[in-house]
Parts: sequence; C-alpha cells; structure tokens
Amino acid sequence: MIQLLRIELYKIFKRPRTYISFVIAAAITFVIQLAMITDGKTFMNFAMQGINEQFEIQGNIINGYFVTHIILQSLLVHIPLLVALVAGDSLAGEANQGTLRLLLTKPISRSKLVFVKFLSSFIYTVILIIWLAIVSLLLSILIFGKGDMINLKSETFIIILKNDVLWRYMAAFAFAVLAMTTIASMAMLLSAFADNSIGPIISTMGIVVVLAILSNLEIPLFNYIKPYLFTTHMIGWKGFFDDPVPLGAIGRSAMVLVCYTTGFIACTIFYFNRKDITS
Amino acid sequence: MEPIIETKNLSKSFKGFLAVDRLSFAIGHGEVYGLLGQNGAGKSATMRMLLGLIFPDSGNIFFNGSEFSNSRRDLLKNVGAIIERPDMYGYLSGWENLKIFAALSGGKIPATRLHEVLELVGLKGREKDKVKTYSQGMKQRLGIAIALVHKPELLILDEPTNGLDPQGIAEMRALIVSLSQDHGKTILISSHLLYEIEHIATNMLIMHKGKKVVDGPVNKLLNPDKNLVEVIIRADSSIAGKLASSQWQQYLQSKENTIITFKMNPANTPALNKWLVGENIDVLEIRTKHSLEDYFLSLTNDTVTKDRVI
Repeated sequence: MIQLLRIELYKIFKRPRTYISFVIAAAITFVIQLAMITDGKTFMNFAMQGINEQFEIQGNIINGYFVTHIILQSLLVHIPLLVALVAGDSLAGEANQGTLRLLLTKPISRSKLVFVKFLSSFIYTVILIIWLAIVSLLLSILIFGKGDMINLKSETFIIILKNDVLWRYMAAFAFAVLAMTTIASMAMLLSAFADNSIGPIISTMGIVVVLAILSNLEIPLFNYIKPYLFTTHMIGWKGFFDDPVPLGAIGRSAMVLVCYTTGFIACTIFYFNRKDITS
Repeated sequence: MEPIIETKNLSKSFKGFLAVDRLSFAIGHGEVYGLLGQNGAGKSATMRMLLGLIFPDSGNIFFNGSEFSNSRRDLLKNVGAIIERPDMYGYLSGWENLKIFAALSGGKIPATRLHEVLELVGLKGREKDKVKTYSQGMKQRLGIAIALVHKPELLILDEPTNGLDPQGIAEMRALIVSLSQDHGKTILISSHLLYEIEHIATNMLIMHKGKKVVDGPVNKLLNPDKNLVEVIIRADSSIAGKLASSQWQQYLQSKENTIITFKMNPANTPALNKWLVGENIDVLEIRTKHSLEDYFLSLTNDTVTKDRVI
C-alpha cells in the first residue's frame, strides 16, 4: 500500500501539469494582492459606504487578514477546478495513456488502486491548500501587515480582533481540505467511467457550478434539497469568521462532506471492480 | 503436469457482439503458443481475460490448475504481459518506468536485475531518456523488459511486432525465440500473420469470429507433406508430356498456363528444380506455400465455411 502510494505521488509530482495548479493559485492571489495595493482604499470605501455613515473605523483596515478573506472568497470557484485537474485524471488519464492496462496486469487489487489514487489526490489537495495558505495568508501579512479583521457580510459586518484571527484561518483551511477532498472523490468517480480525462474534469466543474447555483438560489422549491447538496456545505469554512462561531453547523457540514466523500469512493471502488478494461 | 494455462468454454460479448465464443485450449509449460487470427477474431479479448482486464461472461480460466478468478493477484505475480501497444508514462524515463512497474510486480527486485533486463532487450545506455523520445521499437523493447523484470514463468504478448519496422520485427522475433529457448519462458503470443507464428511458435490456435478453428503443434498443422510448391516457368508446350512420364506426376496438384503446383514436401524442391533444368525447361521462380496458408487467407477473406477441414 505504502509502495503504491509512493509511486502514485511520484507520478503526480513528476508531471509538469501538476504544477499548473500551483501557478494558477499563486497568479490569482498575486492579482488580487496587486489590486488591493493599488486600489484597496477605493474598494474599501465602496464596500463600506453604508457602514461609514454610522461608524468611524480607524487603523489598518486593509491588512493581511482582510485581503486573505477576499482572496479565499474569490478562489471558491477556481480551487475545485484545480483539484479536478488531478483527481479527474487519476483513472481516466491512465486509461487514455494506456498505462491502466499495464498497471492492472500487475498483481494489484483494483480496490487498493482506487483507494491509493484517492489518497494521493487527497495529499495533493492538502499540499495545494497549504500552498494557498502560504501565498494568500503569509504573503498578504508580509505585504499588508496584521490588524483586526473586518468580515463584511451583506447586511452586517463583524470585527475580529487580530489576536483571534489566525486560528480561524487554520480551521478554515482545514475545512477547505475537507470540501476539496469531496470534489476530488467526485472527480475520481467520474474518472472511473471515462477513458479520457477531459470529460471527468469538465463534468466535475459542471456539477459543482450547477449545484452551487441551486445552493444559492432563494427559491422555495430548492430549499428542500439544499441541505442535502454538498455545495451548500462546501462554504462551511465561512462560519469560522462569524461571531460566535457556529460550531454545530460547521460540524454538520463536515459530516455531510465526509458522507459524500465516502459514498463517492465506495461507488468508484464498486464500479471499477466490475469494469472491463478495454482502453 | 498441469498446463500452465487452461481455458474452458470461455465466452465474452461486448454490447451484443460475441467476441469470444466458448473457447477452450491449454498451454503446456515451456511452449511458445501462437494465437492466430485476423483483426477482430477475439485474440486480444482472450488475452485480456487471461490477465483479468476484462471479465468472461462464462467459462473458466485455470493457471497451473488454480481457478484464475479466485487468486488473480497471486497468479499475476508469475505473468508478464504486453497488451496491444506498450504504453508507458512518456514524461518519465525508461528507467523510472521500469522501476515503477518492477515495484508493482510483487516482490523486491534489485537494481542489478533492472540493468540485466535492459541489457537483454538492448536498451542499455538509453534508460535515462524520457519514454516520449523513444521509437515504437524501443517502447516495445521496454515493454518486454517490464514484462520480464520479475522473472515470470509466463509471458503474454499481444501482437508484439505491431508498428515495428522490418529490422525491429526481426529483432523482436529473435528476442522472443531467445526468451523461450535460452530462458525457458512459456510464451503466449498473438498475431494476424501466419508467417510470424510459424517462425516463433511451437503450438498454435487459429481463431475466427471468436471461435477456435483449429489448434495443435505447428509442425503438425503445417504438415510439410501437404505443402504446396509452386513453379513458374517460361511457356513450354512439352511440359505436360514430360511431367506425365516423370516421378513428379504423383505430386502434381494443378497446372495453369505457366504456373505448376505440386503438393509435396519442400525438401524435394532441389530435386524437382534439377529435373526441370535437365529437361530444358526454363524455371523463373519456385516458391513454397503452406497448406494452412491458403486456408488462413481464405479466413481473412471471410470466404470459408465453418466446417471446412484442413
């Protein structure tokens, strides 16, 4: 198992394509940081125009914590795509290259192969999120400094004292790993059905976009299904920036995501064990 | 001794198309077993079933007497295979590919063994290059190295000369013969070329539309006494009379204008040639055709009836 996992990780990180995700995540982050350096005050005045009439807020408002929060909200759509690039390729890419054929003529159980590919996608996701934490949080703190964080919501705003922010980011990044692992497991399931990786990657994004729209639509018909959609729970990380932190709701969201992940992986193993390898 | 592979009534269909139809055969230890058939005859599907890549609809596969489906992983430790193209990770070097697949072959394989197989297949010196820079022949040889690295008893090679240039084909055939004769491997090889199977295999099975047409030892199926020797001469009106009064009349199969066909052992060809020259008949060409060749060609042209007998 360890041997197989090492091989899978070796294959992932020897592939130039893997690093595209890291470059994209860094590029988006840098663009937002640059925008905040050049035009942060205008943005802040626009975002707080209602608040400024009633409150006078002083100090380093555009600080590293605030900028990171903006970056994370902007990357909500992009990170699933970056995860799908690797997870969606895991089985279908091997089928497309023809290497799946050779792999399965070796004495490896198909269930173990799927599980190890899932584990390697998980490790990749963890590394991607750590990278995101470095380029968004660490770099933003270095550029903009520390300060109390303002969490702007549609009708309210929350000020979190600077000594109380860091743990929230750590928890939010950990939650993001969980959410992205759900995406990875879904991409793997779709990957098992396909013989080229484009289909699973596009399908994963299509499903995420459609379900995310359903999760956000305020139409009574969809309110019944919203609690069951994983996209509703993927944004659970935002709860760590509320006051008080809704730990119960976050825990429930985490459980839903774990259930989805387990279900996707179980379905992948079930299907892949019965699949004829004709590629 | 149990056959190394035995199949019983193996069948497989894809979306209603019967690819393999109640196929039964057995391969003994040390044999080079040729699976011969035109494209779509069911050779690859059969090999994929033997490796557990696709699942039979019905029938059984036994490896050394053990049911394959019950102990797939243990049995695959003793098998090396190339199915269709030798596809590998193009962005990795030959050495990295070999190392990865060696590690997955069920046992610790020392680096010395990796060097040994690279030497054997003639890739020494190119192992550090990325596989995407390899020619088809080099990929095929790396595929053989991967199949051999864990010292399996059985090699399953699906059309291993496909896509190779003439020199590559000759080298691959020589390598396969050497693996059998010098290294004692049992080899199951498929091809759509009778000539290839004839020169490599000890036993063979001809498949057509998923069914077994005939199987047995190559030397028996390619019975030399039933071979055809075709002689092309310059037009000569006296040839019929001269033949009628000679010993060659008994072997005469047909005569059409300048093409005379004898059914005889090709070992007699020099004597026949000597006689023709002695009778002042100008010989333009002599060629040998196997009795099976016509039959196989007729299969390829899809004109044979299923109950035709060789």
